[in-house]
Amino acid sequence: MIDRTVLKEHLVKWVLVAFALSSLLFLFLIFIFILAEGLPLFLKVGVNKIIFGMKWAPTKGYFGIFPMIISSFLVTIGALIIGAPLGLSCAIYLSEYAGKRTKMLLKPAIELLAGIPSVVFGFLGVIYIVPLVRSYLGGSGFSLISTSLVLGVMILPTIISISFDALVSVPRTYREGSAAMGATKWQTIFKVIIPSAKSGILASFILGMGRAIGETMAVIMIAGNALKIPTSILDPLRTLTGNIALELAYATGDHRLGLFSTGVVLMVIIMILNYVANFGIKRKIAK
Amino acid sequence: MDTKIATDRLRLSFGKTEVLKSITIKVHRNTITGFMGPSGSGKSTLISVINRMIDFENNVRIEGDATIDGTSILDGSINPIELRRRVGTVFAVPIPLPRSIFENIAYGPRLKGTSDRTTLHHLVEDSLKKAFLWDEVKDRLGTSALKLSGGQQQRLCLARTLALKPEIILLDEPCSGLDPISTAKIEDALSELKSEYTIILVSNNTKQIARISDFSAFFYLGELIEYDTTEKVFTAPAETKTEDYIQGKFG
Amino acid sequence: MRINPRYINRLVRMGLNVQAYFTVGILIIIVAIIFFKGFPHTNFAFIFSFPEDMGREGGIFPSIVGTIQLALLSILLATPLGLGTAIFLTEYTKESLFTKFIRFGVESLAGIPSILYGLFGFIFFVIKLKMGWSLLAGVLTMTIMILPTIIRTSEEAIRAVPRQLRIVSYSLSASKWETIKKVVIPAAIPGILTGIMLSIGRAVGETAAIIFTMGSSLRLPLSLMDSGRTMAVHFYILAREGISMEKAYGTAVVLVLSILLINILAYYIMNKAIARYS
Repeated sequence: MIDRTVLKEHLVKWVLVAFALSSLLFLFLIFIFILAEGLPLFLKVGVNKIIFGMKWAPTKGYFGIFPMIISSFLVTIGALIIGAPLGLSCAIYLSEYAGKRTKMLLKPAIELLAGIPSVVFGFLGVIYIVPLVRSYLGGSGFSLISTSLVLGVMILPTIISISFDALVSVPRTYREGSAAMGATKWQTIFKVIIPSAKSGILASFILGMGRAIGETMAVIMIAGNALKIPTSILDPLRTLTGNIALELAYATGDHRLGLFSTGVVLMVIIMILNYVANFGIKRKIAK
Repeated sequence: MDTKIATDRLRLSFGKTEVLKSITIKVHRNTITGFMGPSGSGKSTLISVINRMIDFENNVRIEGDATIDGTSILDGSINPIELRRRVGTVFAVPIPLPRSIFENIAYGPRLKGTSDRTTLHHLVEDSLKKAFLWDEVKDRLGTSALKLSGGQQQRLCLARTLALKPEIILLDEPCSGLDPISTAKIEDALSELKSEYTIILVSNNTKQIARISDFSAFFYLGELIEYDTTEKVFTAPAETKTEDYIQGKFG
Repeated sequence: MRINPRYINRLVRMGLNVQAYFTVGILIIIVAIIFFKGFPHTNFAFIFSFPEDMGREGGIFPSIVGTIQLALLSILLATPLGLGTAIFLTEYTKESLFTKFIRFGVESLAGIPSILYGLFGFIFFVIKLKMGWSLLAGVLTMTIMILPTIIRTSEEAIRAVPRQLRIVSYSLSASKWETIKKVVIPAAIPGILTGIMLSIGRAVGETAAIIFTMGSSLRLPLSLMDSGRTMAVHFYILAREGISMEKAYGTAVVLVLSILLINILAYYIMNKAIARYS
């Protein structure tokens, strides 16, 4: 009798260990297979020709993705410019001003916004934002600024929820101490609470950047399809994600390998962003 | 008298702190034995050795032995799960499982394979009667146990352990949050139960120990100071410390 | 000239207030546009008939079925895997180098963008494992994508179960696994279900990873190896190829409505749980 139950307990434990290891297995697989397809071209054509190459014409042997790297960054920074102030303001309002009922209205609304698929954002962006930009600012409308606007809205939920968590975890004693010294509410917020929540807020921005740079569907619908570095905010562009999504379906041979190399570059950028968010900021918190 | 539970020079440390300093005691069968002493004296820890709940703590070192019916319960070959069927425990704060009264009591028996509805019903009724709770809940066995009052929940916990038909019942400050009426009901239940079970009652309440226990053990800072019949300990204690504690000079 | 701080206070409050409601306003506008433009085109026929002429006419039944198949099968695979991982992390180990490794794996998976999942699913499932564009390839890819969410929410839910409940179960002679199965998991169900609902929402809205694994066939997927569309993929193709504005809006309505309902259900479950335990 004792042997059977003990055996069962051990079996359960090892099955669960296997389940837990599966996450590492999947990560490993993803890493390996994307690298396996993406690295060969780096070796064949040369890292510099790909990362710093200005011309992307894979069927003719040109695998330069530098304009797309720049475009990805521009679109991400644009999204941050739109999303960070607005998102932080919402988070501050939620944590410092909103009453219980308002919170119960706002928080679900923000979570719902996060649930709207990116294709819907892209669609509405094409129908409404692109013509708006075309009429009032010029160009074709498929542009850096249109993409940044829509992406900015898309990363709002990320920035709001993480900043909110950072703000509410500021100890009550800070607020009380500041009020005791005669500061008004906004003084307390700007001089005490925000600096104290600085790391978390920064993390939310970086994670927002991570989301923006990885965004695909909305971007390919709105950004146009230009293979040059945009020189004005009205210029169209193509991002790293767009490069993959637009051509993967019909790419073969080296062309397909080129898309995987694009994927490798994207993966590295995201890893760096995640590293900075998790370790750079956590170290600051530890200080 | 017959010995049911015994410890032999039992020592226990959490890391570097020695919590039980060589306890040797013989608890007699079919009695209520009171363990009393101020907080930190090791009473609850000793209980947790007897029901092997100590297994769930980290960094524990045990020396010496503890036995039930002469067989060591610290041996590697002992199945602690089976042991906990024989040794039931009622904790200080009643924690009903978030289910019906019936299912709370049936939880233990179901684990042991009893699934026949009639058998379970008899078990539940029997246990609730022994815990002096049957009359109050017999019409609402299907309702949530969380809706019971504190005193009723504690009697539910007692019935829960009785359903497993243990040999030993350990109670760790079971009446600490309860009103006098609920306390009295539990004390009455215990007095009746001792004819079938061996009961250890841990309590900070010396008057309760004096009321219902047959034997009393006084613990202080991990040592067993005095152990004798309740009458002797409370009327003519051998140790001054015991006398001081009973008189409330410290606690 | 010193402006009265109290005046600034009110200004700041108003400014923040406006921005907060502006954000909510964006959501309302999105939903409103979709519904107003799309409702006229959604009816019984739209939902239950097949697309004709590449989607210019007819309905979106196959893509609805495809979406349900994808979501349900992915949840079926990811829940045991994710729940098991969460149980392991909370009940069977203390924090150690090993658990840090596992968490690193989970967090990394969570940070991978969908297009990279699409790349991986494409090369691994579609090409190397020779599944072709198929429901199976889509399901397997989606399972990995939603795994981190299931793990995170399940872990949180399990940790929230009071320790005393476990102690009680052990004292009633239950083993570790019996305690987990009969006491801990049932108590954690609302949180676990919320994670499942969130993941279903993600599966329904996901496009980049699905289009390259499940493909975009207009046929109704009848077996795991069949290719098919989800609503999101169908919507994307309609919009991008400019096939039909009306049908696109109609698809969007069904898509957004599904996600809204899923989110509301998740909220309802969560609130019921909070009510039950307080």
